[in-house]
Amino acid sequence: MPAQSGRESLCCYHSHPPVKSSIALNSHLVEIDAVDFAYGKRPILANINLRIPRGKVVAIMGGSGCGKTTLLRLICGQIRPSRGEVRVDGISLSGLDTEGLYALRRRMGMLFQFGALFTDMSVYDNVAFQLRENTDLPDDVIHDLVMLKLNAVGLRGVANLMPSELSGGMARRVALARAVALDPMLVMYDEPFAGLDPMALGVIGQLIRKLNDALGATSIVVTHDVQESLQIVDYVYFVSEGRVVSEGTPDEIRRSDVPFVRQFVLGEADGPVPFHYPAKSYAAELGLTVP
Amino acid sequence: MNGFLDMLARLGARATNMVWRGGVMARFFFLVLVNSGPAFRRLPLTVREVYFSGVQSLVIIMVSGLFVGMVLGLQGFQTLQNYGAEETLGVLVALSLVRELGPVVTGLLFASRAGSAMTAEIGLMKATEQLKAMDIMAVNPIARVVAPRFWGGVVSMPLLAALFSAMGIFGGYLVGVVLIGVDSGVFWSQMQSKVDWYYDVMNGVIKSVVFGFAVSCISTFEGFDAAPTAEGVSRATTRTVVTSALTILALDLVLTAFMLKPML
Repeated sequence: MPAQSGRESLCCYHSHPPVKSSIALNSHLVEIDAVDFAYGKRPILANINLRIPRGKVVAIMGGSGCGKTTLLRLICGQIRPSRGEVRVDGISLSGLDTEGLYALRRRMGMLFQFGALFTDMSVYDNVAFQLRENTDLPDDVIHDLVMLKLNAVGLRGVANLMPSELSGGMARRVALARAVALDPMLVMYDEPFAGLDPMALGVIGQLIRKLNDALGATSIVVTHDVQESLQIVDYVYFVSEGRVVSEGTPDEIRRSDVPFVRQFVLGEADGPVPFHYPAKSYAAELGLTVP
Repeated sequence: MNGFLDMLARLGARATNMVWRGGVMARFFFLVLVNSGPAFRRLPLTVREVYFSGVQSLVIIMVSGLFVGMVLGLQGFQTLQNYGAEETLGVLVALSLVRELGPVVTGLLFASRAGSAMTAEIGLMKATEQLKAMDIMAVNPIARVVAPRFWGGVVSMPLLAALFSAMGIFGGYLVGVVLIGVDSGVFWSQMQSKVDWYYDVMNGVIKSVVFGFAVSCISTFEGFDAAPTAEGVSRATTRTVVTSALTILALDLVLTAFMLKPML
């Protein structure tokens, strides 16, 4: 029985098996082929296949602990799969040494769940960090680029503030400016909407979409915020128990009758993902005899 | 029987864990040395850390040195008086400080003040994903964050130990000469003739450099290895102080044994 037999493809163009031709490499920026991954003896991903097309915003959704963030860590080469292959821009990550990996990462950006801004640096220095570390650009050019990025997220006015002086939503926007400082080909977002008020949430969502289109980049959004994500993404993968259980465009996802997807989209407490964590029967727990 | 076996197993696991941890720390130390290039090429990074671990420790080091020297002056005078050797008070104070107390007490204070701060800072950077963010940005956190702090500590420690000893000698002078009335000329001339530059002073400097390497390595390692939680950072900070203190005392014994002139 194939490991991904439970996966329901809702859209034809992403459901084909791995293709290794140059055409396929050009059309997909990220390719994950039959990847297994485990933390120690705890399996996280099992025979997972994913394709992220160039220029698109793709969401990876699923419940907490289903392996979404692990997927991002695999894509940026922070961890290596125990089986299978991850390719970014046609380059297999398993064959890269540290230098090769860093060369690839210079073309990537990542927004962390809580921003991960450097707390000992001002907003300006945070955005300038990568430009100073990875380029030989003169200070005046760096200044212009930093202001350009801060202006894009609407926060040019906070350049001299420290991260501790920003609200959660503003910190997330500064982190977004930092993530796109080098105009990356791939931007990854780890729970970008977590803990934001509805207004900040809408702003971040729009920025993800607009920056992706303006930069001609490809974006991967790991999230469990269904409603906000479906408004801005081009394609959605649903991950559960370490495998892709469903995929499709936002419209297909909204119309989906796959039980897991329905439970997730409608926010139902019980369903394929049970409300109760597996345990012995309630009656037995209370010491009652069932007639 | 089972309880005894369990205890043996726990003891064995603990010993294995300690050896394993020692190996990881050795590997970390090697990585810091290999990735030290930016710390020297971009001196402002290291100078900033010298300021944080050195300059900001000045007050505690100088005040402590002054008090230790004053206590040495009082205790030393009382003991030397019994043998009619009060004029050697300056020698006693100076030798105690430059050979032993200067490097050791400075090392202990440095571990408590600067070492714990280094651990907490790196540990918190880890807990808030700042190190991970740096790594994703293709910037090696060991080269950018750890190495400047490590070398900042190594540079600061001998300078602080020298200041501690200087303040201690001044404290001994205040008590011995100003307060008790030992002759000032005798105090300084005895010290000048009996304290050897190479044997006494340089051996003290060597000790402080070694302690600087040890405390900086332990502090940065504990921060980098801390569990990324509030409790993990707190535990790592405690481990830094305890491990550094024990390491300094153990190293002091070994170094002193190697440095002493043959007594037989």
